[in-house]
Parts: sequence; structure tokens; C-alpha cells
Amino acid sequence: MLPYIGRRLLATVPVMAVVAVFVFLLLRLTAGDPAAIIAGDNATARDVAEIREKLGLNQPVVTQFVIWIGRILRGDFGESFFFKKTVAELIVSRLEPTLALSVCTMILAVLMAVPLGVVAAWKRGSWIDRSVMGLSVLGFSLPAFVIGYALMYLFAIELGWLPVQGYQRLADGFGGFIQRLILPSFTLAIIYVALIARITRAGVLEVLGADHVRTARAKGLGELPVLRRHVLRNAAVPIVTVIGFGVALLIGGVVVTESVFSIPGLGRLTVDAVLARDYPTVQAVVLLFSVVYVLINLIVDLTYTFLDPRIRY
Amino acid sequence: MNGSLGAGLEVVTVAAPAEHPAARAWRLPRNRSVWIGAAVLLVIVAIAVLAPALGTSNPAEIEPTARNRRPGAQRVIRHDDGSKTVTTYRMGTDSLGRDVYSRVIYGSRVSLVVGVSVALVSVVIGLVIGLVSGYIRWLDAIVMRVMDGLMSIPAILLAIALVSLSRGAGLRTVIFAILIPEVPRVVRLVRSVVLSVREEPYVEAARALGAPTAAVLTRHVLPNTIAPLVVQGTFVCASAILLEAILSFLGVGIPPETPTWGNIMAEGRALFRIFPHNILFPSIFLAATVLAVNMLGDGLRDLLDPRVRKQI
Repeated sequence: MLPYIGRRLLATVPVMAVVAVFVFLLLRLTAGDPAAIIAGDNATARDVAEIREKLGLNQPVVTQFVIWIGRILRGDFGESFFFKKTVAELIVSRLEPTLALSVCTMILAVLMAVPLGVVAAWKRGSWIDRSVMGLSVLGFSLPAFVIGYALMYLFAIELGWLPVQGYQRLADGFGGFIQRLILPSFTLAIIYVALIARITRAGVLEVLGADHVRTARAKGLGELPVLRRHVLRNAAVPIVTVIGFGVALLIGGVVVTESVFSIPGLGRLTVDAVLARDYPTVQAVVLLFSVVYVLINLIVDLTYTFLDPRIRY
Repeated sequence: MNGSLGAGLEVVTVAAPAEHPAARAWRLPRNRSVWIGAAVLLVIVAIAVLAPALGTSNPAEIEPTARNRRPGAQRVIRHDDGSKTVTTYRMGTDSLGRDVYSRVIYGSRVSLVVGVSVALVSVVIGLVIGLVSGYIRWLDAIVMRVMDGLMSIPAILLAIALVSLSRGAGLRTVIFAILIPEVPRVVRLVRSVVLSVREEPYVEAARALGAPTAAVLTRHVLPNTIAPLVVQGTFVCASAILLEAILSFLGVGIPPETPTWGNIMAEGRALFRIFPHNILFPSIFLAATVLAVNMLGDGLRDLLDPRVRKQI
């Protein structure tokens, strides 16, 4: 087990290195001189030269990369051109809404998708199965902002049940916090539900045909215990895998959903930073999201050993 | 090998014979998903091609006296000689007085161009990289690490970051930005096909007979990748159309005066509560198009890959 964790951790190193090089090049490949962008329109040539010196832009690219990586590893993401704060502060202040939205979405999606997928597989070929599959294709085809505006129009504007937009910090009361999270989480959950339900259905279908399920039924076990104990447990590995891979969709969806519902989170920050050409912030956010994605998939890989005792490394 | 029948005689299990092409063609009419998808797509393509003939006006024309009209609103211009010109805004106008109907119709062009070009280019690039890296071992490790790295940056973020590289994104920048996150997925697919095919006896035989690598790749490996690539290409197309709309909607894509579905929606955001039509109509077109492409892809996969069909 331990050697496996070690090897798996080592395997993430090259991946993260590629991400780091890419994110670093992002600033280097920009059209124009970063120092001139930071200095602004009214800067003199000397100001620009000073900034260039300060940022180490005069040094060879490889040296710059080493300096940059060293800073990142110490948690120093530089200073935002646009927000006039350190990027680290900026990220911390935007973390809560994004975290709340993602966790809420994940719980909602798993709670909806797994039962849907199981029922679709169990009643294979029935109208339930066909509508679950149809809805899952639909879920892939609707962008988050279309779903978001449709839900907002129906539940917030026409029916007036929920607030239209905005975010309330958890510290300012749980009621308002959760009320404002319902619509965005639901919006974001739909594409995730589509993905997880599909894989759950395929996984359960495969296990349903297995010998041990026939044996369990033959010895008179009820359908529900069969599904729970003998089917779902064996179908868990692909389901957990897709939950991990789906995090990429979730992160992309966060960017869009936060814009639709005016939630001041990391996704909104990314868009604002790109619009303002605030490269240090863009770099930091892209890097952060990628690290989170890689880590979640690392955790997913490690849970396999608990889910399926046959998997030994 | 299945067991032995006496001395030296062995029964070899033979894989089920490949389906005859005629049988496959016979199944096509029964695959509703392909038909519905193709039909809807055909309509959208027709709309895009025939846009000027569909009663549209200049989609970029601003009319300050006719801003924020509801769908079906009319504008009457009385001329000095007593005659009248009546303009009907079928889908209303936006906050600059542009005709939403014309913008939605012309918007289909951008979506289709982006979808098709990203699909084609990513398939070609992915095919080349995948074939080479799947076949040449030492290159494989390097290429796949780079692909893994690219794939661990969420597609939307990667595209947004790439768009931000150039000042004033145009169509080509947006296509490039969407292309980069899609290529690794194609590479992985092609590589997995190559890895399984290269161990097949007929490939081994060709190599043993001294066929050069290039010939083995093009004559024996390449044909096996075509069916999965057609399916993957369709899904890439759908995802590219969605990504373009998302980029435009967020305001980081194609410049706002160009009519794209995402741009029309971005424009309609501010007044969404009062004038939802600016978001409604492009949404319907976008959803219908992406749904059609996805249905086509789903249907094609069922047709072309018998293994998946049995399972699902």
C-alpha cells in the first residue's frame, strides 16, 4: 500500500511540471512586454526598465522559471496588476463561495445521479431507462448558463421562491447562505448528473450480468439488498473514477455559473482577471485549479484499494 | 487457445466474424438517434448557408430608435409620399436596437465554423501525434506526459487563458484556444487503438515481412482508428460549439459586435429580468445544435462499435 502511494505521488510530479511550465509560458508568450503592461500607459521608459529589473525579466528564461517556481512553492504568487493586492490574498478572499458551490454541487449530483443510474440499469430498456439516458444527453448539450438562466427565470423571477443572484457568506447566516446556493448548485449539478448517471448505469449493467448476482438472487435475496450489497459495491470503482474526472467539468462550470449568478468566487475572479489582462492572477488561478484537479484524481486512485480489495499494487 | 484434442491438435477459438458492411447499412435506418441528429443539423446548416435569404437584415446594424423591443414588435417608418415601411422584429431587438432574429440566424455560422474546424483540425493533429507516439516507444513517454499535463488543466480555463494571450481575440484565436484542450483527448484515443492493434498478428506479420514503419502505420494501423475518430470528432465538434458560446458569453471570445449565440446572450444579461428573449432564442438554437451533434455522435458510436452497443 505505502509503496503504491509513493509511486502514485511520484507519477503526479511530471504532470504538475508540465502544467507549471505551461502556466509559466502563458505570461512569457503574451503579446507585448509584461513590464510595460504593469507600468501602465503613463510610464516612462525608466519605470518600465525598473519593473523589468524587479521582476527579473532581464534574466534568461530558465532562471526566471526557477525563480518563479521557487516563489510559488513558498506560496508567493506575486502581486495582482489589477486588484492591487497580493494574488494569495485575493485567492483566499474568493475561496469560500467557490468551495461552497463545488461541495454543494457534488453532494447534489451524486445524490441524484447514482440512484438514477442504478434504476436505469435495473429497469433496462423501460421508459425510465430511456428518459434517464435521454436526459443525460440533454445534460451534456445544455451549457451551464442556459440552464442557469432557465432556472433563474422560473424559480426566482416568475415564482419568486429563491433569490435571483448573489452570495451570502456562511458567517452571515446559514439560511441566506443555502438559499442563494440552491439554484447555482442545481445548475452546475446537471451536467455532472448526466455524466455520473451514464457511467453508473453502464457499471451496474455489467455487474447485473455477473454470476454472483445470479447466485444472490437464486438464494432468495430481495432485489434491494442485491442491488446495494452485490451490485453497487462492485460498480463503485467506475463511478468514483468518473466523479474524479468530472471535477474538470465542475471547475469549468464554476467559472460560468459564478458569472451567471454573480457569485464573487474564484471562477468570477478568473474571468475578471482575463478581461483585465491581469496575468499573475490568471496564472495563479489556472495553476491552483489544475493542482486541485490532479490531487482529487490522486485521492480517487487511492480509494480504489478500499473499494475493491482485489486491487493490490 | 481453447484446449487440446489429442496429440498436437488444438482447437483455436476464433473471434466472431466481423459484421458484414451490408448488415451495418441495414441497421442504419433503425438508428433513430442518427436520423434525428442529422436532420436537425441539416436544418441548422441550411439556416447558416441561407442566412441572407431568410428575411434577415444586417445583424450588426444599430437602430437607436428601436431598442429593447419585444418579439413581434413592429417599426413603421412613414415616408413623405404617404407610403409606409414596416419592419417586424420577430425576436425583438437588443439594448442597441439590433435585430435579434438576424443575429441569431447569422450566429449559426460562427458556431458551425468553430465546431467543424476544431473537430477536423484536432482529429488530424491528434491522429498524427497519437499514431507516432503509440508506435514509437521512447517518444510515447514524453508525449503522454505533456498530454497528461494539458489534460489536467480544465478545458474552459485553458481556453480562457489561451484567449487572453492575444489582444482582441478573433475567430482564429478562439479556434486555436478551443483546439488545444481538445487535442490530448484525440491523442489518447488514437494511441489506445494503436497500442492494441500493434500486438495483432497481422501487424506483426507485416513487420516481420520487412514493411517499413510508415507503411505499417498507414496501411494496417490507420484504418482501425477511423471509426472511433469519426465518433470522437462528432463529440469534439459539440464540445467546441459549447466552448465557443461559453467564451463569448463570458466576454472573452469573439468581439461582441460579431453575432454569435454566446455574444447575443452576453448582451442580454443586463436586462434579463425584463427582456428574457435575448437569452431565450440563442439558447434554443445553441441547445438544439449541440444536442443534434451529440445525438449523431451517440448514434454513430452505437453503429460503429458493436461492443458498446451490446452493453448499452
